Amino acid sequence: MMSQRALLEVRHLVKQYAVRRGLLARPTPVVHAVDDVSFDIHPGETLALVGESGCGKTTTARAVLRLIEPTSGTVRFDGIDLGGLDARALRAMRRHMQIVFQDPYSSLNPRMTVGDAIREGLTVHGLADGRTADARVAALLTEVGLHPDHATRYPHEFSGGQRQRIGIARALAVEPRLLVCDEPVSALDVSVQAQIINLLRDLQRERGLAYLFIAHDLAVVAHMADRVAVMYLGRIVELAPRAALFAMPRMPYTQALLSAIPQVSPTRLASRLAARDAGQRVAGPGRILLAGDPPSPTDPPSGCVFHPRCFHPRKDAACTQQVPPLEEKSPGHFVACLKEPSHSTPVR
Amino acid sequence: MTVSVTVSVPRSAAPLLAIESLRVLFPGATGEIPVVDDVSLTIAHGEIVCLVGESGSGKSLTALSVLRLIPSPGRIGAGTRIRFANEELLALDHEALRAIRGRQVGMVFQEPSAALNPVLRIGTQLVDAIRAHVRCNRSEAWKRAVDALASVGIADPETRARQYPHELSGGMRQRVVLAMALVHAPPLLIADEPTTALDVTVQAQILDLLRRAVAERDMALLLITHDLGVVAEMATRVLVMYAGRLVEEAPVETIFTQPAHPYTQALLAAVPSLATAGERLVTIAGQVPAPGSVVRGCAFRARCPHAIAMCESEAPPLVQLGSAHRVRCHLAHESMQTPAAREGTP
Repeated sequence: MMSQRALLEVRHLVKQYAVRRGLLARPTPVVHAVDDVSFDIHPGETLALVGESGCGKTTTARAVLRLIEPTSGTVRFDGIDLGGLDARALRAMRRHMQIVFQDPYSSLNPRMTVGDAIREGLTVHGLADGRTADARVAALLTEVGLHPDHATRYPHEFSGGQRQRIGIARALAVEPRLLVCDEPVSALDVSVQAQIINLLRDLQRERGLAYLFIAHDLAVVAHMADRVAVMYLGRIVELAPRAALFAMPRMPYTQALLSAIPQVSPTRLASRLAARDAGQRVAGPGRILLAGDPPSPTDPPSGCVFHPRCFHPRKDAACTQQVPPLEEKSPGHFVACLKEPSHSTPVR
Repeated sequence: MTVSVTVSVPRSAAPLLAIESLRVLFPGATGEIPVVDDVSLTIAHGEIVCLVGESGSGKSLTALSVLRLIPSPGRIGAGTRIRFANEELLALDHEALRAIRGRQVGMVFQEPSAALNPVLRIGTQLVDAIRAHVRCNRSEAWKRAVDALASVGIADPETRARQYPHELSGGMRQRVVLAMALVHAPPLLIADEPTTALDVTVQAQILDLLRRAVAERDMALLLITHDLGVVAEMATRVLVMYAGRLVEEAPVETIFTQPAHPYTQALLAAVPSLATAGERLVTIAGQVPAPGSVVRGCAFRARCPHAIAMCESEAPPLVQLGSAHRVRCHLAHESMQTPAAREGTP
């Protein structure tokens, strides 16, 4: 795809969990929380992982960072296979890959001052101490839009948005090259959310950071991502550059997901009001309403995992038997659907 | 305390619900703090009124006060009037109030699991809700419960009725709560962030159910949300709250095309949307003031790009702009120009 070597290469990542059926039963059935997931992230790029709850996006992120052990598959960071590293080497590697969590209330130690929380990474990785560390902490606080004096305060003295800034400063302290952002703005109010999105974008530009950005809010993703991977029931079902994905989603699930987003759109509002005045009840023009809930990952459907809810006009028996591979249907646009034709052969 | 300028909107039929000069007070370090201050609103049959605001704006407390559900030690201040179908709710005794709760006014909250009893079967809880207001035997009530589940799109309602809340997904649980709230066909439904905890495709289903209930039963819906996308797709009228006060009220098209309050304008600009993908978002500097911290003037002045000296000294009254457009801003007429100007320049 890109000539430059990827910073992060994830190949055939699988994470299974055994579940117990009943209190004394042996843990036999297996949940494929993440099933054969592959993607690359290039330096300075944002790849968004989107999908609904339980689709495996957070599990994927944690398996990539080896916060949980993947069942199989490889993760290479800067060409180094993380699976081949011992605990010590892995810890050293983590300096380059940091994470920002969703909940800025539970991700900071309430008994640690903000300064100590940010300094911790510097000490652990032996990057700075004493006065140097103090100066770094002050510079980081300024960089994320806080005041150097805030270093002596405790997390409870800050609002949600400010705490998220602290979480970002803490992650940036060790100068990572990849930042995993797990729903970093979903707990915040709209006005604060916009501040954090802009901050993350500024930091990326200034530091050349790569982001693995996990979110369920597609409008937020539209503002952050260079490329977007859509997950459903543990699999990536579509992966494309942002513009292509939002303008021309190919996988039926992606189409339904995009059409479900309530939007502040003048044209959509106008047509809704026109329909209302004409006495029609509409779910919103062009709105695709999926039936039911996503199936349980303990008992996923055979073949294409989306087939029971799929509305593709050419859906047939093959969809219930064959697992569609994630294929490049047009340049850079990967789709896991048996019925979607390849638009053109990739031009190089 | 400010002089309230309550301008009555001319309406052919009397509103189903009318809240007048609502104040909700909570004890603070230096006496009681008004967390909701001087909020007036009406809602008529078949209307979807959206109450919008960020956390701490007082939108949920406004909703809770209708059924007098303000948690202790908070209380509704003197001078407040809440009329529902020409009955003064604040004057009712507990018995009379209980007859209205659930029967005349349904409520749905954000967290469906908090509204369901984890140790009782879904059907049993619905039966209890039905028998609280209607005299019928258990088997009749069970039949009605199953019908109610079917009416909110739950497949195989007989089986679901025998299950416990933990056996259902979040979206399914919210449908159950909705079935419970709609079982007596209440003329008014109050829904406080009913889809915030749900995934977008499930949210679309729940919003569709709500829309259908309004259209088919001429129900009035007071929908509390922070999501302006939901507002754009649901509302007939919109009320914007900031720091415990109503700052703007208008029909939905007016709110989105001619927002007059600087806060509404800023909020609309801050929403990430697919249409503005990749663009830098407009932010609102600073944060919402803590309750009780603004004693004088306009609560938004510290974050307002247009603030003048008067905003510091005098609380703006709610002024009428159009027939159904009210704004709490000293500069309402001047700031009316802003949205048009913003659209002209990219």
